[in-house]
Amino acid sequence: MNVTEIIEGLVVLLVVAGALLTVISAIGALRLPDIYTRSHAISKSTTLGIMLILTGTLLHFWFRHDHVNSRLLLAIVFIFLTSPVSAHLISRAAYYSGVRPWEGTVRDDLAERRETLAKSAKR
Amino acid sequence: MAQQLLLNVVLAFVWMFLADSFTGSSFVIGYLLGLGIMFALRRYFSTTFYVVPLFVIGKLTVIFMKELLLANWAVLKIVLSPSLDMKPCIFALPLEVKKDWEITLLSSLITLTPGTFVIDVSDDKKLIYIHTIDAPDVDEVIRQIKTSFEKTILEVSR
Repeated sequence: MNVTEIIEGLVVLLVVAGALLTVISAIGALRLPDIYTRSHAISKSTTLGIMLILTGTLLHFWFRHDHVNSRLLLAIVFIFLTSPVSAHLISRAAYYSGVRPWEGTVRDDLAERRETLAKSAKR
Repeated sequence: MAQQLLLNVVLAFVWMFLADSFTGSSFVIGYLLGLGIMFALRRYFSTTFYVVPLFVIGKLTVIFMKELLLANWAVLKIVLSPSLDMKPCIFALPLEVKKDWEITLLSSLITLTPGTFVIDVSDDKKLIYIHTIDAPDVDEVIRQIKTSFEKTILEVSR
């Protein structure tokens, strides 16, 4: 087994793993009961999935075409930084516009804060 | 830390002017010499020798990667398990970090760790509200992870 074959195997592994993770996060978006648990599945699995696919692409063009695409590297860092923040913002907006967590939720320390905010908004 | 880095770059430029050679390699030599000088004079700086925080940042990056992999494994197990027997919960965690960038970094770390993500930070920046996907077994473990994250972040900003 020479180096090219190893690299090709790695690229295939990365891209397939990324695609599988994206599929799993889609399944999670369908199966999980409320927005907060869905947000878990989507924010984590798609972040890593897309990062893996982009890393595979980077390696492929690096070793097969001798071309280091720095934009792919930048994109990996960008996605890594921005997708958790967007998940946080969406679930926060959902929480304060009154979307109840799933009934299986055992504890809710934020409920009190939401009540006071809702009262002050009515006034 | 940034000041020390800047001082080191200035020392490297002084070396380039002394040696009268303006190439990348003479910059690197000057930088390494300056690093030695700054290590010898480290007791005159008010903050720690800046190489230490750089190493801690490297450590934080490795932790980040590892936690991202573990988080995905945890999500995968929950999504693909035949029965959805999880117990989500929202709990408040008291914060030790003070500065805004530290809180942002901590909440990004928390969001990408297994089974947790941040819903809100309280207005006085003393509490952080976290949603966990499976409360009973995670709650205490998470707390431990968080204290180790917070400790590492405090090590960077010390």
